[in-house]
Amino acid sequence: MQPQPKAAAQSAILSLDAVTKEFPGVRALSEVSLTLYPGQVTALIGENGAGKSTVVKILTGIYQPDGGRILVEGKPVTLANAQAAAAHGITAIHQETVLFDELSVAENIFLGHAPRGRFGLIDTKAMVAQARDILTEIEAPIDPTTRLRDLSIASKHLVAIARALSIDARVVIMDEPTAALSHKEINELYDLVEKLKAQGKAILFISHKFDEIFRIADRYAVFRDGQFVGDGAIQDVTQGELVQMMVGRAVDQIFPKRSPRVGDEVLKVVGYDHPTEFADINFTLRRGEILGFYGLIGAGRSEVMQALYGITKPGKGAVRIDGQVRVIRSPADAVAHGIVYVPEDRGRQGAITALPIYQNVTLPSLHRTSRNGFLRLAHEFALARDYTARLDLRAASLETAVGNLSGGNQQKVVIAKWLATQPKVIILDEPTKGIDIGSKAAVHEFMAELAAQGLAVIMVSSEIPEVLGMSDRVIVMRQGRIVAELGKDEMTPETLVRRAAGIGETE
Amino acid sequence: MSPTDRFIPDRLQSPLTRRVKSWETLLLAVAVAIFTFNAFASPYFLNAWNLSDATFNFTEKAMIAFAMALLIIAGEIDLSVASIVALASTAMGAAAQIGASPAVLVVIGLTVGLICGAFNGLLVTVMGLPSIVVTIGTMSLFRGISYIVLGDTAYGGYPAGFKFFGQGYVWWVISFELVAFAVLALAFGVLLHLTNFGRAVYAIGNNPVASLFSGLRVGRVKFILFLLTGLMAGVASVCLTSRLGSTRPSIGFGMELEVVTMVVLGGVNILGGSGTIPGVVIAAFIMGLVTFGLGLLNVPGIVMSIVIGALLIGVIALPRLWAMWRG
Amino acid sequence: MNRYLQSREVILSAAILMLILLISLRFPAFIAPANLANVFNDTSPLMILAIGQMIVILTKCIDLSVAATLALTGMVVSLLNIAAPDLPLVVTIMIALSLGAVLGMVNGLLVWKLNIPPIVVTLGTMTIYRGVIFLISNGKWVNAHEMSPAFKALPRHVFLGFPLLSWFALAVIVIAAVVMTRTTLGRAFYAVGGNPHASVYTGLNVGRTQFWAFTISGALAGLTGYLWVSRYAVAYVDIAGGFELDVVAACVIGGISIAGGIGSVGGAVLGALFLGVIKNALPVINISPFWQLAISGTAIIIAVVLNSRANRPPGRIILKQSEPAA
Repeated sequence: MQPQPKAAAQSAILSLDAVTKEFPGVRALSEVSLTLYPGQVTALIGENGAGKSTVVKILTGIYQPDGGRILVEGKPVTLANAQAAAAHGITAIHQETVLFDELSVAENIFLGHAPRGRFGLIDTKAMVAQARDILTEIEAPIDPTTRLRDLSIASKHLVAIARALSIDARVVIMDEPTAALSHKEINELYDLVEKLKAQGKAILFISHKFDEIFRIADRYAVFRDGQFVGDGAIQDVTQGELVQMMVGRAVDQIFPKRSPRVGDEVLKVVGYDHPTEFADINFTLRRGEILGFYGLIGAGRSEVMQALYGITKPGKGAVRIDGQVRVIRSPADAVAHGIVYVPEDRGRQGAITALPIYQNVTLPSLHRTSRNGFLRLAHEFALARDYTARLDLRAASLETAVGNLSGGNQQKVVIAKWLATQPKVIILDEPTKGIDIGSKAAVHEFMAELAAQGLAVIMVSSEIPEVLGMSDRVIVMRQGRIVAELGKDEMTPETLVRRAAGIGETE
Repeated sequence: MSPTDRFIPDRLQSPLTRRVKSWETLLLAVAVAIFTFNAFASPYFLNAWNLSDATFNFTEKAMIAFAMALLIIAGEIDLSVASIVALASTAMGAAAQIGASPAVLVVIGLTVGLICGAFNGLLVTVMGLPSIVVTIGTMSLFRGISYIVLGDTAYGGYPAGFKFFGQGYVWWVISFELVAFAVLALAFGVLLHLTNFGRAVYAIGNNPVASLFSGLRVGRVKFILFLLTGLMAGVASVCLTSRLGSTRPSIGFGMELEVVTMVVLGGVNILGGSGTIPGVVIAAFIMGLVTFGLGLLNVPGIVMSIVIGALLIGVIALPRLWAMWRG
Repeated sequence: MNRYLQSREVILSAAILMLILLISLRFPAFIAPANLANVFNDTSPLMILAIGQMIVILTKCIDLSVAATLALTGMVVSLLNIAAPDLPLVVTIMIALSLGAVLGMVNGLLVWKLNIPPIVVTLGTMTIYRGVIFLISNGKWVNAHEMSPAFKALPRHVFLGFPLLSWFALAVIVIAAVVMTRTTLGRAFYAVGGNPHASVYTGLNVGRTQFWAFTISGALAGLTGYLWVSRYAVAYVDIAGGFELDVVAACVIGGISIAGGIGSVGGAVLGALFLGVIKNALPVINISPFWQLAISGTAIIIAVVLNSRANRPPGRIILKQSEPAA
């Protein structure tokens, strides 16, 4: 099980040795090992919650391990913070959220290690020049003096890459670097990875896309539920074997069997336009139907849904619900018209984590459980009990704060909250992101049941198996526009990926 | 999905509840300790009339503090309350000069309070501005208008019937202000703890984004809270003006800080999301007792501010220091 | 180019120039260089304090204790001057700076180590510092005749045509501008307030950066404490009472975002000067000084509205044509 690296003489640059990390109530990493070699790309593979991001945070000094050792060139080191990690030559390309909107591109690239001039002051000219060099090297057409907030998501991502490269690193960690990039940009990133390999850098590549992993990785390492499962050379393994290692059982993920009875049109969106986020959005939705929305991260799917839900105002366009033109100015309007939204960002937008379960569930239904504006706790508990039981929620009591539940159970609370309002349309934005496999299946089954009961379901998802397994129809978005609408028989993984990434189109 | 055989109990006596309860208990213990200490330290303390007088130290501020508590729990703040008091008092003074009756004066005071609250509320909820800055601005604006009107002069000559609100007694030593304090405490306690509106206040303070996504009309709730805060400042202005019998533009200067201190001391999280009206009531008593007790001991007012300031930081810092020391 | 025209500093400078021009149309004496220099000098304490406050606000905090810190430091150096009239002024200034810094550190430690919200901390220390002045002075005033002549003369001493008070302000402005734009600490203030989460990924310690912001604000308040008592030749409990709000007002008018991460030294200085021009102009144009409070309140509200327009988050830019060309 211990394969030889291509250049046998090379020894590891960086390794984790039996590293453990615990959080209150959770063991995020349990004695995991990981080895990175110079000039090689190691793909780190695992499901959401497998511990990949914890590894990244330990390697970049954000978290401190509770047990085990980190070895740089065989010597144990302590990475007390991000700067210590950088000093050991470890750098990471995080997602675009780890940058500073109000600083210039050059300042973002060099924050913490800017070139110094006289009196130890930052040499602004040199900083801009060096930033321009790095951006040219990665073929990013960005002016280093632009304020970051004026850039698109894809451009911000290129800045994040430039920042990682501005540190003279031996180890480069790439955390889902292609998630928000278009086809052309992805190919440029692959070229960049080859360049870094040629320079002898070790690369840790985290990705969910198997085609990508087989294209650029030399080695793989698989984690599952915070434990190391196996590693080796990529040519010695097949996609099926990797999936089996990831999931722990030989599965095609099982989706509930459905025989959809699609009814009348319940929602029609006509000519939705927004100045910067999306354009020309038209679609319809019928009772009993599950409509999938697929696209890359940042394709504008959530933005469309939030406009539909009254969070943001579209510049133009109209919504018909049951044939009637409705104006939705706020989520309260949307809920009143029977549209509810289960957001992607559970902790921030979905649940009020400090409040107990029953208060979360009854929040939009208080007008039904109360009398003359006064709370009636017995009615509240009854309603909460009813809907949490339907979703098979697991909790110590209904007074438990939602923040103390697992991700899957938090999601169940949010869904229960909306079902209690008896809606017509339910929008689920990445409904199974970051929740364990068991809860995932429960959420899928529940979606199927809702559709069978005549509810219209919109499911925004970036997971191809989920889109294929659950949707009756799929709309594919790219760069703020609908680029395809596919019926059940037209959906294949290939078409979804091609349409979402714009492959075969001129850029 | 079939009803499950697993059963989630509605409640457990959770440690969290116990801790929340113990905050008020702790405050109450502090209040009792100060009361006892004062009783021993000064022979003049345990006198019904003296104690009754002492309640004027906090009744007006507490009226504002109840509304402010709701506003802070909802994640906003109003630093302009003392200036609303001044502007309402100035308006009442101007009306008194042309012979307005006590009833008209009260209506004017409350209306000015409501208008000021509405102005703050509009700027915060409709324009989406941060309340701390907006109300620092209106704090200058409202009192500034009083200065423009009055300069270094003062209004007096309030009608005799107007005296009742700040100087009148309902029964024996029980003043009108004390009764108003008790009624308002009850009203705000019910509003916050027993109604849908109160639930919305907590939800919004804990997570305004998720509250909006849950279909709450966040802006409307906050606007109502600014209105209520303005109204309570109007009520306090009626009482204070009546008690002093005159209006200068500097009336109630610095009151907003004492109100905020009272709210925070009462266990309301300055960042929003938690706090209770009983806590604020006890904090009002504590501040009144400290002021009164130290006053009996001839300690000057400014030194009392050290005690209040230290209490404010201490009640938050000590539990955290304790946790650090043990952890 | 468009970006420069839209910048807060340019708009504010234009507003101040317009204001001065309007006033001087009716009262030409106002625009005389000597008068303008006087306005600058008169606004110096506010400018120094606004720069300190700006740094604190940049890091998502607020310092309501600046005026109390100023008053306490002013009282301490005044009492020191009575006790030791021959103490060199350099030492006095160093003491003022360090005492202010220590008082600021108290705020900073409570925020950093105990995680207490800054508004609560500085509300508390504000009342405590004021109370301490009373304790150390027994509530008495230190009057002009008790202060040594040199102690009182320093801020008025004219050097190259300007009083030293103005030179102090200029020095603070220049040093602060360099620190904020050209040092790691300066950039850290912006980063920590702009995106605390990302700051951790960059290796910045959010709490420690906030601690330094409070320390700087305290030190500048301490320095201003000496300048204040020596200029007005009096020290008592209530000097500069409520001045913290003028300081915050100057920052808000100067475009510093209360949400953190946005602001500049230039903005803070111009915000202070705007208030200073108004204050000095009112008596000239025969408007009662009682108008000043309402005018500055209105200015704050207008400034907040403008700031929020300028700093509204643009949302995600998804459509290709929305991105500015490189």
